[in-house]
Amino acid sequence: MSGSAHKANFVQPKEFKFSKENLKKIDEIVAKYPKGRQQSAVMPLLDLAQRQNDNWIPEAAMEEIARILDMPRIKVFEVATFYTMYNLEPRGKHHLQFCTTTPCWLRGSSEVVGACEKHLGIKLGETTPDGMFTMTDVECLGACVNAPVLQRNGDEFYEDLNTENIVEILDNLKAGKMPEHGSQTGRIHAMGEAGPTTLLDMAKKNNITAGGDAPKDGGKDGGKAKSKGKKK
Amino acid sequence: MPKLTIDGMEVTVEPGTSIIQAAEQLGIEIPRFCYHDKLSVPANCRMCLVEVEKSPKPVASCAMPCGEDMKVHTQSPLAKKARKGVIEMLLINHPLDCPICDQGGECDLQDQTVAFGFDRSRYREAKRAVKDKELGPLVKTVMTRCIHCTRCVRFGEEIAGVEEMGVLNRGEHLEIGTYVSQMVTSEMSGNLVDICPVGALTSKPYAFTARPWELRKVESVDVLDAVGSNIRIDVRGGEVLRILPRLHEDVNEEWISDKTRFAVDGLRSQRLDTPYARVDGQLQPVEWGEAFAAIAEAVDKTDGKKIGAVVGDLADCESIVALKDLMTALGSKNIECRQDGAEFDVSEPAGYLFNTTISGIEQADAILLVGTNPRHEAALINARIRKTWLANRIKIGVIGPHVGLNYPVKYLGAGAETLEELASGKGAFADVLKNAKNPMIILGAGALRRADGMAIHALARKVAEKYKMVRDDWNGFNLLHTAASRVGALMLGFTGGNLEGILAANVLYLLGADEIPVEKISKDTFVIYQGHHGDKAAARADVILPGSAYTEKNATYVNNEGRVQQAKQAVFPPGDAREDWKILRALSEVVGHKLPYDDIAAVRARLASVNPAFGAIDTVKPAAWKEFGKEGKCDKAQFVLPVANFYMTDPISRASKTMAECTEAFANSGQKTKTGTHG
Ligand code: SF4
Ligand code: FES
Ligand code: FES
Repeated sequence: MSGSAHKANFVQPKEFKFSKENLKKIDEIVAKYPKGRQQSAVMPLLDLAQRQNDNWIPEAAMEEIARILDMPRIKVFEVATFYTMYNLEPRGKHHLQFCTTTPCWLRGSSEVVGACEKHLGIKLGETTPDGMFTMTDVECLGACVNAPVLQRNGDEFYEDLNTENIVEILDNLKAGKMPEHGSQTGRIHAMGEAGPTTLLDMAKKNNITAGGDAPKDGGKDGGKAKSKGKKK
Repeated sequence: MPKLTIDGMEVTVEPGTSIIQAAEQLGIEIPRFCYHDKLSVPANCRMCLVEVEKSPKPVASCAMPCGEDMKVHTQSPLAKKARKGVIEMLLINHPLDCPICDQGGECDLQDQTVAFGFDRSRYREAKRAVKDKELGPLVKTVMTRCIHCTRCVRFGEEIAGVEEMGVLNRGEHLEIGTYVSQMVTSEMSGNLVDICPVGALTSKPYAFTARPWELRKVESVDVLDAVGSNIRIDVRGGEVLRILPRLHEDVNEEWISDKTRFAVDGLRSQRLDTPYARVDGQLQPVEWGEAFAAIAEAVDKTDGKKIGAVVGDLADCESIVALKDLMTALGSKNIECRQDGAEFDVSEPAGYLFNTTISGIEQADAILLVGTNPRHEAALINARIRKTWLANRIKIGVIGPHVGLNYPVKYLGAGAETLEELASGKGAFADVLKNAKNPMIILGAGALRRADGMAIHALARKVAEKYKMVRDDWNGFNLLHTAASRVGALMLGFTGGNLEGILAANVLYLLGADEIPVEKISKDTFVIYQGHHGDKAAARADVILPGSAYTEKNATYVNNEGRVQQAKQAVFPPGDAREDWKILRALSEVVGHKLPYDDIAAVRARLASVNPAFGAIDTVKPAAWKEFGKEGKCDKAQFVLPVANFYMTDPISRASKTMAECTEAFANSGQKTKTGTHG
């Protein structure tokens, strides 16, 4: 993610050309902005470049974007270095971004990361020698309800991870299969872990009949916790 | 016009004025880092927070326009506390390495911390460190000291016109950088040093040289181009240590070019500090008396008509008038100041001045550049053109070689034909000029350095007249000289044409003339060189008289616009060297034609009697529009630019190591190919 100095142990390709399909997409994207404001398209173009170039944006691509959008190279560089989701160094084929922010951490992200590190033989921030996997840690991915969470290549979310299903995912990816994304424990969306709950269930549990007065704080804490509602 | 009170004082300001500017009008200084009155306002440092009544939070005064009845407090407890907090935050990642920092003593952060900050730090955690950037041979970086005010980035974008610096990364990792560590290629880059409020960007050649409180400051003017930039010369002991810009809104605003700033080390090397005379064919150091005697001997046996004189690019008006008076007394009319061999009509000031004036450029809405690269010939005039383009997106056309300018231009052609086409109302740019309200033409000295110079001069006048560039309230005709002495010498009439003939004279007096074709001086000519550097012409001389550089004399110079300005003596000339007019005065006595002035006041009175314009310092009087030039056939040849290498144009910059490094780094490496350097 660091910006200015690319003296790392990898080679910057000399040239970068967008593919035919991407050039078409670029036309569409640029057309969305008023004339003379085509620079606004810099972010989607960086994204296109990253997808086309195996998960990272080489300098040549930034130069190409600067040329296409007629803006100074440094301005493209500024945007590319500002956002952490633009990779300016080579990444593995599968870029695994583990959320390690508090909710995920409370739900065991450290263990999940540990299991992954052990299985792949690399540490966070590293890439496997075969170029298959890169592990990085990221801040909250906004899916805390299904913590812990992992995002692959900025697209798929794998949720409800644990030390076992993470290994399964890795093995699938290694085998060239795309594991189903979403919850890995079969949870539907953000449904409670103990199954679906509704206020009707609560009502039943608390002996409230339809039309009767409900307990004042009834259902506030969801169906999972023991109801503290006033008994009639 | 909103009326408001600041610290209890009432002030009425133009609508749109910010609180910080209003306070300035009252003489109240609000501390600031990111705000700079020549740059856009990002309001990102928060140092300028003040209390405004009825506002729930402290307000950034640089970005807040004044409102009717606003009550502003800059010294209230809230304002003070806010500033304290900002300073404390800024210092969190600042290394506090003032003892080894070149900015120490003139650092905004240091001063404002003392004035507005806490007296101790509460921060105990680790500080971050930032890698330094390589910005070339002029600007040294210590990026850990950066406080991210982004002044440098905005300067690059808005003034220098090089969008090469930017803000990289974010948050804790934020840093100022260039695109993948490239150098900043601008002839104005030295201003970054002034503009950076901390010690992140400092002068590389000046590193660890002196502390500001050791320096004596002398206000003067620059002579390394014909802009007449106002400068401050910083001196310690007998040595000029650095040159800084001095504000002059009508000339250089608050910038100077890199040559003006960094060629100072050239003042220290290759100096002529004692008279020389040829003894047995070898130049030997001699006493003044011997040198004068040798000259008297040569002059005595020569007919006045066989004596010639040429003044160089850095000569001051006092010595020019003295030399002219001496030549007249000797009976010679063979005098010339256009040592580059340029041919143009010198009879009308309007024909050789920058009539629009530098600040007048801002009124222009179309500019035609002919045979010039203003970026190299007058960097500050170029900055004005860019400023105007930035504000109004004016149309600019170029006739001449392709050069890298920092604003978009339209290339119309390479030579005089295109100008002829325009004069007859044809060509792509004709419509632009026709429809412009205030069109201007800038004719470079390069376009006149050829046999058909006179014709081109007339042609340019025709273009100016054709497109109504000259009215009572507007004069869009401009000649761009590159030599500080030129306009002054022309105003004093130090010109007779026929440079080649002069070079063939029996006795030739060169007043700092180093750019003449030395090889054209005939073998038998007795050459007297008066000047301060052992450059090209001194080597050919038979007698050398050591003069003073512009930092060593009180001297008058006239810039492109015809603005008379005075340089001030900051140090003494080295060794036996003397002020130039005094040398001529002393010599005149030896050759039997004593000049009638004994002190500088008398010389200046003489200047004013030759040309009354010298009586009015720092003013520009519009020159009357008259016919000039001689119509004729123009050659088809391309225009050739007068400045091949921006960094080395005169004896001082040629003697400067720093300028040599710049030549290496920018002009020769190809890094600067896009700026069109052919050097
Ligand atoms: S380098 Fe200096 S001018 Fe540039 S952002 Fe940092 S402190 Fe400001
Ligand atoms: S904390 Fe991990 S997704 Fe929000
Ligand atoms: S000076 Fe106002 S925010 Fe920086």
